[in-house]
Amino acid sequence: MNIQLLAFYFFAFFAVLGALLVISLRNPVHAVLSLVMTFFSVACIWMLLDAEFLALALIVVYVGAVMVLFLFVVMMLDIKVAAAREGFIRYLPVGIGVALIMLAEMIALIGVRAMQVAPPPNPATMHGESNVAWIGQALYTHYLLPFEVAAVILTVGIVAAVALTLRQRTGVRHQSAAQQVAVVARDRVRLVSMPAERSDDGAKS
Amino acid sequence: MITLAHYIVLGAVLFCIAVAGIFINRKNVIVLLMAIELMLLAVNINFIAFSRFLGDVSGQVFVFFILTVAAAEAAIGLAILTLLFRNRRTINVAEFDDLRG
Repeated sequence: MNIQLLAFYFFAFFAVLGALLVISLRNPVHAVLSLVMTFFSVACIWMLLDAEFLALALIVVYVGAVMVLFLFVVMMLDIKVAAAREGFIRYLPVGIGVALIMLAEMIALIGVRAMQVAPPPNPATMHGESNVAWIGQALYTHYLLPFEVAAVILTVGIVAAVALTLRQRTGVRHQSAAQQVAVVARDRVRLVSMPAERSDDGAKS
Repeated sequence: MITLAHYIVLGAVLFCIAVAGIFINRKNVIVLLMAIELMLLAVNINFIAFSRFLGDVSGQVFVFFILTVAAAEAAIGLAILTLLFRNRRTINVAEFDDLRG
């Protein structure tokens, strides 16, 4: 048993542990933090697979952005845990049964031949280039159109998220910058011309 | 020596845990969304393992696109969730029955 295999079992153990905690923890904030642990362990496993770019992208994009978004939403909403947990025990046997049957079927499909497949030499470093260069070569040549479409999807996602959560509340006082800029002096100050008056006892009072 | 089967079995285990999570957390939308993220992650593990063992870059490019789409999906899903919570004051899936589907 070499050091790589030990590292694989270590990361796989924490990935599976985190996944189990995600679906069983009572507090949603703890569940999100367990999901962060799972993502981080899986990123380490991708490092073992020589996919350095995607491993770092998983940490930056998922742990850094998506999970923080989850955390914000979970903390913002006032979740009644007892109501959300209703039916947990009732559906537990069904869930475990279905999951175990699916797992047995998948492992039966994988079979024993895959157990003997040894990893070939790293295809990226064979020609003396890095993993990032390897992905970039494919991404900006063969997959250029899907890459642009992915950018459009992200833009649509931003617009949709803002449009869904934006709301105009009535009865709220707010500034209108356009009106403030458009104001001229004669709207605000009225100069009145009137004859001067003389007061005799003005000095006394 | 880490064989291909190690990675595929890990992906299968994570996927089945996510399926079990969808079954047993039927009332909590947030856990359902997180279970979907777990499923996508399990699929990504398979993609990267096959990409490494077949020496084909397409698998890693596909993982890149899956990550993109999953990020957009999470953002829109959470926006819909906040909208539902603002209107209904609950995240219980069983009460979201306005469409009577």
